[in-house]
Amino acid sequence: MRADARGRGGRTLPVAGVVLAFLALWYLGALLGNWTGAADALARAGGTPGIDAVAAATMAQERPVVPAPHQVAQELGRSLFGLPVTSKRSLAYHASVTLSATLLGFGIGAALGGALAVAIVHLRSVERSLMPWIVASQTVPILAVAPIVIVALGAAGLTGLLPKAVIAAYLCFFPVTVGLVKGLTSPERMLSDLMRTYSAGRAQTLWRLRLPAALPALFAALKIAVAASLVGTIVGELPTGAQAGIGARLLAGSYYGQTIQIWAALFAAAGLSALLVAAVSLAEAGAARLTGARR
Amino acid sequence: MLSHPAGRHRAAEDELGSAPAMPPSSVASLRVIPGPPPTAFAPAVPPPAAPHSAAAETAVSARGLSLTYETADGPVFALSGVDLTVARGEFVSFIGPSGCGKTTFLRCVADLEQPTGGALSVNGLSAGAARLRRDYGFVFQAPALFPWRSVERNVALPLEIFGVPKAERRERAARYLDLVHLTGFGRKFPWQLSGGMQQRASIARALCFEPKLLLMDEPFGALDEIVRDHLNAQLLDLWRETGKTVLFVTHSIAEAVYLSGRVVVMSPRPGRIVDIVDCTGLGQERPLEIRETPEFLRLAHRVREGLRAGNAYEG
Repeated sequence: MRADARGRGGRTLPVAGVVLAFLALWYLGALLGNWTGAADALARAGGTPGIDAVAAATMAQERPVVPAPHQVAQELGRSLFGLPVTSKRSLAYHASVTLSATLLGFGIGAALGGALAVAIVHLRSVERSLMPWIVASQTVPILAVAPIVIVALGAAGLTGLLPKAVIAAYLCFFPVTVGLVKGLTSPERMLSDLMRTYSAGRAQTLWRLRLPAALPALFAALKIAVAASLVGTIVGELPTGAQAGIGARLLAGSYYGQTIQIWAALFAAAGLSALLVAAVSLAEAGAARLTGARR
Repeated sequence: MLSHPAGRHRAAEDELGSAPAMPPSSVASLRVIPGPPPTAFAPAVPPPAAPHSAAAETAVSARGLSLTYETADGPVFALSGVDLTVARGEFVSFIGPSGCGKTTFLRCVADLEQPTGGALSVNGLSAGAARLRRDYGFVFQAPALFPWRSVERNVALPLEIFGVPKAERRERAARYLDLVHLTGFGRKFPWQLSGGMQQRASIARALCFEPKLLLMDEPFGALDEIVRDHLNAQLLDLWRETGKTVLFVTHSIAEAVYLSGRVVVMSPRPGRIVDIVDCTGLGQERPLEIRETPEFLRLAHRVREGLRAGNAYEG
């Protein structure tokens, strides 16, 4: 109890300290990064600006090299909550487009990865025939694969959500396969011997021993996979001509030099990723409670 | 079956000439577990008829049993020419140094290892057929409980696999937790139990589907001596109550002599039987203090001599 209180009370300060240090560093970066531009702009307007005027100007540029934290926060607030969700300029709209493709891709990837893991554990031939291809698939840069997939699926008449989800799935099945194979083969010899003494079949052993034993490894893999799925979706949004999604916002922002918009989209993506990982953690905690983990 | 098998013991005794430590014949004083007869689920293979034939009274029979592993350093003779007959209801211990084949023998009986020579029958069947018929419960060196299952659901695991309905699973798990003195611990998870309690839960798990045979591989080896004493006394009570045939592997001379009707002394390289010590002279009631009697010490000495003769104390 006491350790708990100390643990919680003792964490606020270091976390807040890191956040403050990070913000200070960011402001310093904005100051230095925008200095030349701000000074030039003021000089063009006439007169010789003082140091304090230039410093103030670095924090309020329309297209800064490094946007200041409050500028990004303002843009986030405006584009997330200030516009109707249906508006094409609303970040919430773009985030929801990305989120749906991410979730679909995650679903496909996790199912595919899980099925591959079960097959690999049960059939040696699958491991020998497929594993090299699975590893090879991950050595291909996703940035090169994404346009090919988009174009190929587009030619087949598939556009919108699915092509992006396919790219996301391509990126996120691998950690699930690797993690689940590790988890499914984790029960010690004695436990599989025990199942054998009951003449338990493969399906029985899978459901009652291998899968429950694999849960910790599976959840670790799912956390990586869900984050990878978001990356895959954003990458998939880039070659579509920037129609919708966080990836489209990033691309549009860089077309028009809207650095604040890029940074806001970046933070939205990071926040989305954190939410997804937190959701998996929540599911993990629920599973741990059901399976009587030590509290 | 939970009924007392004294009648069948007599026949086994006459046939084999070596009397196992007999359960007391007055059943009335014993705690007989209440409940329905244990035939509510059908075994995979129907049990053979003719319960009074010689085959039916022999639980385990090994003739010239051998097991040789091929390794990079040449063959390892884990078992070599093992002859042994265990009668129904007997408590037989196996003792010997590491590598003497005592665990290997037990695992052969359980069909977890395949002998490379000789003949082995378990309840009149091959070891494989006996396993498929779910003839034995196996207790490992560690409790081997599934950490994600409550104690109750751990005990009921074999019943779940055999397709026993849920109500009966719960009832049986409770009954057998009772038997190993773990009443009220069913809802706990394994990590909330001490090592000794965990091992008792694993014994309940091995008993709950009422196998004819109980195979125990150093079940108390990892426990401290006080807990071990306690569990030894409890196991002896349990054996008397249930009348199971028990094959028990141990490193402890005292444990082997205290528990057993016969102690099989084994020696390594190659794994073989060097002596079989009859301990029925100790009688049926065995308080822990019996281990200080001259008769007990004489038997322990003979086991130790057997181990010495088999070079167990060398190298």
